[in-house]
Amino acid sequence: MYDVIIIGSGPSGLTAAIYNTRASLKTLVVAGLKWGGQLMLTTEVENFPGFPEGIQGPDLMANMRKQAEHHGAEIVDMDAVSVDFSKRPFTVKTDEKEYQGKAVIISTGADTKWLGVPGEQEKIGRGISSCAPCDAPFFREKSVIVAGGGDSAMEEAIVLTRFAKEVTIIHRRDVFKASQVMIDKAKANPKIKFILDSTIEEVLGAEKVTGVKLKDNKTGEVKELSTEGLFVAIGHIPNSKVFPGIDVDEKGFIKAHDHFHTNIEGVFVAGDVYDHQYMQAVTAAGFGCAAALEAERWLEAQKV
Amino acid sequence: MADITFTDSNFKQQALENNLPVVVDFWAPWCGPCRVVSPIIEELAKEYEGKLVVGKLNVDENTQTAGEYGVMSIPTVMVFRDGKPLKSMIGAQGKESYKKAISEALGQ
Repeated sequence: MYDVIIIGSGPSGLTAAIYNTRASLKTLVVAGLKWGGQLMLTTEVENFPGFPEGIQGPDLMANMRKQAEHHGAEIVDMDAVSVDFSKRPFTVKTDEKEYQGKAVIISTGADTKWLGVPGEQEKIGRGISSCAPCDAPFFREKSVIVAGGGDSAMEEAIVLTRFAKEVTIIHRRDVFKASQVMIDKAKANPKIKFILDSTIEEVLGAEKVTGVKLKDNKTGEVKELSTEGLFVAIGHIPNSKVFPGIDVDEKGFIKAHDHFHTNIEGVFVAGDVYDHQYMQAVTAAGFGCAAALEAERWLEAQKV
Repeated sequence: MADITFTDSNFKQQALENNLPVVVDFWAPWCGPCRVVSPIIEELAKEYEGKLVVGKLNVDENTQTAGEYGVMSIPTVMVFRDGKPLKSMIGAQGKESYKKAISEALGQ
């Protein structure tokens, strides 16, 4: 029996683990088959305080994991496949084992939202990617498309210009969600072009990407645009499906009440699975800390 | 036995013509997530010693092999048997995830 089971191992989960173990709570992290969260798909992280020269995202996560383990957290690299929050202690199951915990912190984060159009799924990793820092060098001297209009789309496009011949940002609206700084950076880059008010309806090509079918949202006209790569940066989907009985909003983000409590007493939430506002490594870590402290207080109150 | 370094020139002999099933980690020095996978591959090489051949292929230096198998995203870990690719895992994953995929690919 654990005092706290933390589901997820991004910055929020591992920070929660560091706090809970340091408070002498017996802590298990169900880290997931792909542990470490979204930072594992990044390169240089320049905005995490304490690293003046920046740090590689995967290194930052490896450090957090070491720190959590150092303080005594148990970590299993398995996915939580089902949970039972209907009675206490709570149960969290993986494919191999079943764990019991007095309190649970959900910090399962969010995953890439794909376009969901024909021709996409089978070409992920074969010209379609969600990680420019990982895959940009495969597109040396090629022309590529970035789908999206937020900061991450601008960032992906800028990273790609280091290798690609030409980068076209395709956005379905005529205004961007991205911050002005990022828009300015992208616009100042001579390799980046923009196609606005347009929706990608299909990804063309058999074995690899050869183009996209593009619909002009104003005129309704559909045309084909040739490209050798497509980077999808249209947002994220919270990983909240595995938790029946937990309140989520219309987009699937877990609702937090009164500081990181979910609607089920004893189950707490932290990180991108509930936060669709900030989505930063450092805010996720901060929320993880807060959720851990709330869990600790709640456990303490149960004893009385 | 440590993990093997595959290259364009030894790939046929060391990987495709190997009697054992082969696990290949396609990686590059600039790829952050690859650095997480690398130590896992080394551990797998030890754990599966005698049962599987496990090794790495630098896609920058060995573009021919990487191109042949359509690797356009790294890390990509592929399982081969009798010269044929059985499974391809794209993106950094945990050790358990690789082990699961390896046993699935090999029907164990």
